[in-house]
Amino acid sequence: MDFNDTPEEAAFRAEARTWLEANAELRGPDDDAPIMGENLSDENVAAAQAWQKKKADAGWACITWPKEYGGRGATPMENVIWNEEQARFKTPGDIFSIGIGMCGPTVMAHGTPEQQARWIPKLLSGEEVWCQLFSEPSAGSDLAGLRTTAVKDGDEWVVNGQKIWTSGAQICEWGILVVRTDPTVVKHAGLSYFVVNMKSPGIEIRPITQINKAQGFNEVFFTDVRIPDDQRLSEVGNGWSVALTTLMNERQSIGSGMGVGSLEDLVEFAEGIELDGKPAIEDTAVRERIADYVTKARGLKNTSLRTLTALSKGLPPGPEASMGKLVGAVLQQEAASFAMDLAGASGALLDDEVTPDGAAWQERYLSLPGLRIAGGTDEILRNIIAERVMGLPSDARADKGVAFKDIPTGPPQ
Amino acid sequence: MNFDFSDEQKLLQQTARDYLEANSPLTTCREILEGDQPYATDLWKGAAEMGWQGAVVPEQYGGAEFGYLELAMIAFEVGRALAPIPFGPSVYVATEAILRFGSDAQKGAWLPKLADGSAIGTFAFTEKPGQNAVAGIEASVSGGALSGTKLPVADGDVANVAIVAATEGGALGLYVVDLDGAGVTREGLDSFDMSRTQAKLAFDGAAAEKLAGADEAGIAKLLDVAAVLQAFEQVGAAERALEITREFILGRYAFGKPIAANQAIKHRMADLWCKVELARSNAYYAAWALSTDDPELATAAAIARISACEAFEDTTVEMIEFHGGVGYTWEYDCHLFYRRAKLLSSQLGTPKYWKNLLIDRLV
Repeated sequence: MDFNDTPEEAAFRAEARTWLEANAELRGPDDDAPIMGENLSDENVAAAQAWQKKKADAGWACITWPKEYGGRGATPMENVIWNEEQARFKTPGDIFSIGIGMCGPTVMAHGTPEQQARWIPKLLSGEEVWCQLFSEPSAGSDLAGLRTTAVKDGDEWVVNGQKIWTSGAQICEWGILVVRTDPTVVKHAGLSYFVVNMKSPGIEIRPITQINKAQGFNEVFFTDVRIPDDQRLSEVGNGWSVALTTLMNERQSIGSGMGVGSLEDLVEFAEGIELDGKPAIEDTAVRERIADYVTKARGLKNTSLRTLTALSKGLPPGPEASMGKLVGAVLQQEAASFAMDLAGASGALLDDEVTPDGAAWQERYLSLPGLRIAGGTDEILRNIIAERVMGLPSDARADKGVAFKDIPTGPPQ
Repeated sequence: MNFDFSDEQKLLQQTARDYLEANSPLTTCREILEGDQPYATDLWKGAAEMGWQGAVVPEQYGGAEFGYLELAMIAFEVGRALAPIPFGPSVYVATEAILRFGSDAQKGAWLPKLADGSAIGTFAFTEKPGQNAVAGIEASVSGGALSGTKLPVADGDVANVAIVAATEGGALGLYVVDLDGAGVTREGLDSFDMSRTQAKLAFDGAAAEKLAGADEAGIAKLLDVAAVLQAFEQVGAAERALEITREFILGRYAFGKPIAANQAIKHRMADLWCKVELARSNAYYAAWALSTDDPELATAAAIARISACEAFEDTTVEMIEFHGGVGYTWEYDCHLFYRRAKLLSSQLGTPKYWKNLLIDRLV
């Protein structure tokens, strides 16, 4: 066991650091880490694009991509090192993770040489931002249950329907889109996969306001949107297998970027707040609760170290990524709730002047329900662990072998 | 970055697993639990021949001198097999205490016997119910003579030497006591896990040799070391309990399908898997801190201890539940794990004690 870099890792780290030092400013202790997607003002988007271009020109963009597509063929471990180093510097929020992590690799795997030449270079350089149009109001966890349709009309497809939870749709040039092209076959067989220009006539984007008032994602409505057939990425009806490529890349990019808070700030919080006249940290019940939280948080951190070790040996990220989100999100939500309880009646304040810790726990408590749902609900993650890790039987499916149009549905929502 | 055991360490682990699968199936644990033998003597000898008891003892004292990471792997396998031998108290505590604090003479007298298994060691610490730690110890030493009562003492009926916590002139320390000497009375107690016996030891002027340096800080360090090693034993046992449960729920049919096909069971299995993996990761980190004598050992040991206790106990509770009625029978093995989980979480201080200790160490 050894937590130090190998000689190769150290050399890569030094090279990355040298370039970053010459091209960016170190982050101070009071500089907030940039949050992706929550403030997509023109100014922020332009800053993010300029930073991406700078990296692309120097060969530091999309480093895990193969060299023939402009990447540097970096290993997952080198990607982790790059992210660690970049995080030490003041850089704009990342608006490219979906494009780089999911859309680009899908185009590389399934696109024609012409399609790749048209999209990949501008995706890499940050000139064109991409989004992913998969989820629908009635197709969340059951993604293949989607209902947006595409009908062939000459050399074009005509798309009608609605997508939802589309991050960054309003700033994007392109989106990857899965739609139903044949409702008379079983649900996975009737899908096709397209790249759509987000500025096309008939696309309407409506931001969704979250419970914390942020607007990270959107509803996207399609009314007779026309997509040229040369923007199709799969054989007609084979869209599901392309979507799986995208989803596998999503898992990989989540897995290699996994970060879990330590919760040791809860110890500090309980030292600073009085509970019935004495520091809360002196109360046995408080101590034991915090010890539970810290123990779990350390377990997640130590598990991510095991994942990094697997990555550094060239193994793909395993199901630990599912566990990190499953355990970590609930844990953070419970800990935030507990911190709010410690504040007594003040726990119900969102006033950052009055509330201890500038209402940070309240903000966390409001944002965490989203983390528990995004990228797979707790229930889906438990199924993944139970079925793919432990080898337990999959759920019985009422839609198995049934044509999509005959699958029972609930009332529209 | 290499947060994993080496191939050599994994090979040692595999050798230990092979040996235990051949020589200590769960029927061995059951034989001890149901019979009059206090522990599996052949297994104890076999383990000693493989160098397990002397895993961290230097070669000059007859040990195998493998190292802590290797001992951690062995402990994991001892746990997986629910091996009915007095391993932990002798190896993680008694041997460790003498190794860490003993004089050359004390080491020369005891380490070779502990390492080759011809002597069994134990730890005589608590004296009454509700006690976890150093507070409340009344046993005392005066002029090299120990008086007081210890309850319960793991393997106290079979051990040859005890590391006894006692005060002398008001200062707490650890003492080496030859349990076959004069002034020692043993009384066997019914153990919650009868595959690991317990006893009450009464000392009336027994000869006690002080372990220099084993002050309160030294005792805390000793407990940290033992907690890390025992965490491996607990995680190993939890892993095995989960495997057995998985096999059962896949083979047991109700309403026309394996009960494992029910989400209510799958999801709880997934949660248990997470708990065991978190505990494993925490144990790994603590083993690294132990093997490098890193200052983080203090917090890492507490964290490993807390999560290992929780993972093992929770797994065995659900193990019985998922087995249904048969899980509650004497005939099925669930209760062997259920008993061992509670035994191991009671020895070396309960999770409650370690949670408070962890916060002390974090503030």
